[in-house]
Amino acid sequence: MGRRIQSGFCPPDASHWSGFARFREIRHVDCTRESATVGAAHEGQGYMTKAMRAPGEAQHEYREMRGFASFDDPDTLSYVDSDGTPNYELIRQTDEFRTLRRRLTTFIFPMTALFLSSYLTFVLLSAYAKDFVSTKVIGVINLGILLGLGQFVTSIIITLGYARYAKRRLDPQRKLLAEKTGVEE
Amino acid sequence: MPTTGNPVLNLSVFAVFVLITLYIVYRFSSRNVTASDYYAAGSSFTGAQNGVALSGDFLSAASFLGISGGIAAHGYDGFLYSVGWVVAWLVGLLLIAEGLRNTGRFTVGDVLAFRMKQRPVRAAAANATLVISFFYMIAQMAGAGGLIALLLNVTSKWGQAVLIALVGMVMVLYVLLGGMKGTTWVQIIKAVLLLLCVTLMSVFLLGKFGFSLSAIMQQATENNDLGEAVLDPGAKYGFSAMSKLDFVSLALSLVLGIASLPHVLMRFYTVPNATEARRSVVWATWTMVIFYLCTLVIGFGAMALVGTDKIAAAPGGENSAAPLLAFEIGGAVLLGVVSAVAFATILAVVAGLTLAASASFAHDVYANVIKRGNAEPRREIRVARLTAVVVGILSIIGGIAANGQNVAFLVSLALALAASANLSTILYTIFWRRFNTTGTLWSIYGGLGSCLVLIIFSPVMSGAKTSIFPDVDFAWFPLGNPGLVSIPFSFLCGFLATIFSKREPEMAAKAAEMEVRAISGIGART
Repeated sequence: MGRRIQSGFCPPDASHWSGFARFREIRHVDCTRESATVGAAHEGQGYMTKAMRAPGEAQHEYREMRGFASFDDPDTLSYVDSDGTPNYELIRQTDEFRTLRRRLTTFIFPMTALFLSSYLTFVLLSAYAKDFVSTKVIGVINLGILLGLGQFVTSIIITLGYARYAKRRLDPQRKLLAEKTGVEE
Repeated sequence: MPTTGNPVLNLSVFAVFVLITLYIVYRFSSRNVTASDYYAAGSSFTGAQNGVALSGDFLSAASFLGISGGIAAHGYDGFLYSVGWVVAWLVGLLLIAEGLRNTGRFTVGDVLAFRMKQRPVRAAAANATLVISFFYMIAQMAGAGGLIALLLNVTSKWGQAVLIALVGMVMVLYVLLGGMKGTTWVQIIKAVLLLLCVTLMSVFLLGKFGFSLSAIMQQATENNDLGEAVLDPGAKYGFSAMSKLDFVSLALSLVLGIASLPHVLMRFYTVPNATEARRSVVWATWTMVIFYLCTLVIGFGAMALVGTDKIAAAPGGENSAAPLLAFEIGGAVLLGVVSAVAFATILAVVAGLTLAASASFAHDVYANVIKRGNAEPRREIRVARLTAVVVGILSIIGGIAANGQNVAFLVSLALALAASANLSTILYTIFWRRFNTTGTLWSIYGGLGSCLVLIIFSPVMSGAKTSIFPDVDFAWFPLGNPGLVSIPFSFLCGFLATIFSKREPEMAAKAAEMEVRAISGIGART
């Protein structure tokens, strides 16, 4: 079940991200997945976002996976070594961490693409479509100035959107991970 | 000369500011003993405080004097800077702030060398930091020169040089006495003053024109040789194919450069955790939006009330638009206040830069490259303080040499350098597991090197009337800003060098640690 929803979830193209309505949808999907699956470790690989994976890394990953799966009962594993240092490799392979990483990357990379393309559109229009941006709109204020001010507005919206997303979707997941692994920040 | 107001008044407002801030810095100095205190203020600031300080770091002389001057002289083309500098904070917010806070302690080198071979990477990171900071510093000191010329009516180059040296000494005092904590407080105080100042001026201007931006701009066009064309793009960059590309290149450097500046990056270490780091960028974004909205009003206001010709003829040129406007609307007292704030801005930003450069040298070069990580903390701090003095002296010399250049333009070069050397490397190291030492070195040196080479052979250095060396011509690179070429080039260098070099299996554990720490914050508080 998790896989099916997952395939519809991962937005490969920033242009699909038309607004914040999308976030709500994602949240919904995500919740479903969590309540439905406590995925086995090897299944987690399917959830990986492409953005995190460097070319040629898959094999390496798989080897680590098998090592992990050979433990009899993952629940009794300690995520902290005897000398008190967290075992990062194990933590990295928990579902909680994978979910956190996926939620982070599926927000920040498409958003970056979005604001960069919106900014570059403004810049390119200013440079190459002078007559268009020189159209007067309010008094002597032209379209270019308004588009520039529009960048201010989108910046604020994305900033607040991320702050909200982080508070609701990332921070609780970080807490969950800390509880599971017994490692505090 | 009536436009300079009353030099004695200007100087006394400024002196009062310096005395108050020095006292504050001094009060925090007693606890300034450990490395963490000196470099990162013991990570004791809240997100809100750091956010204001963060914007303070960026609301430099370049922003205040350079942007308002740029708008006053070139209208639309000056406005482009404001837009780029607001949008740029999203890079910091989404991609950099939290990961950086979670994986580093004091410097950019901490993050870049986290899972790489320590010595070469730290040396590279320090080199990049020093070069970027030096360029940025020259811009600030050049701004100081212009301001002094305007305020104190000191027109002789020698007199200005002496005053630049004085500014440099006060700035070093801040760093030596206060470390990061003192510098941050100076930054906060200054940012609040600056914001108050520009907001009040803007509201006053808007009120004068019946709260219509259009009315201000209308009158502005009447005081500019270009007339209404100044409201359209192209007043500064023109319409040749090359100048359009230059415009795009500049825009790219603006948006990618800020969140890659070493002294801005270092700010993220002054808060206790990633959540506070995020909060500080949110605060910074708000203050930036308000500030740049105000510079739009102030810039066109200066064009309307003072007039472009008068600004260009004033000592300090374009950079003097905001102070001249202050004099126009509030007389000598307001001019004194605005100038003191602008001056304080230069002091605070240069202090932050000095701190970043000295931290990078002491922590990366001295402690980790020379002493191989076994430096005694007290000695490391002593080296940092010594470096601060050296950096201060260098910046005084550089500032005297660059006196008179447009500061916003100089800053754009520093931003291109920062984006080329740091941005690609930081993003790869946080988000790409395969990235390795070879890739790191190539992306730092590839970005830094290509950017420096392109600057040297650009019209900025030679071959044009406005060049630093107008009499010779060795320019073959047509763009004034190299960002369009050097930023993608550094990404490409890092990518190819990684792909074509060996994996580092011995670093796998460190890579896992970095990934977990960067994303979850686990283990970040060590």
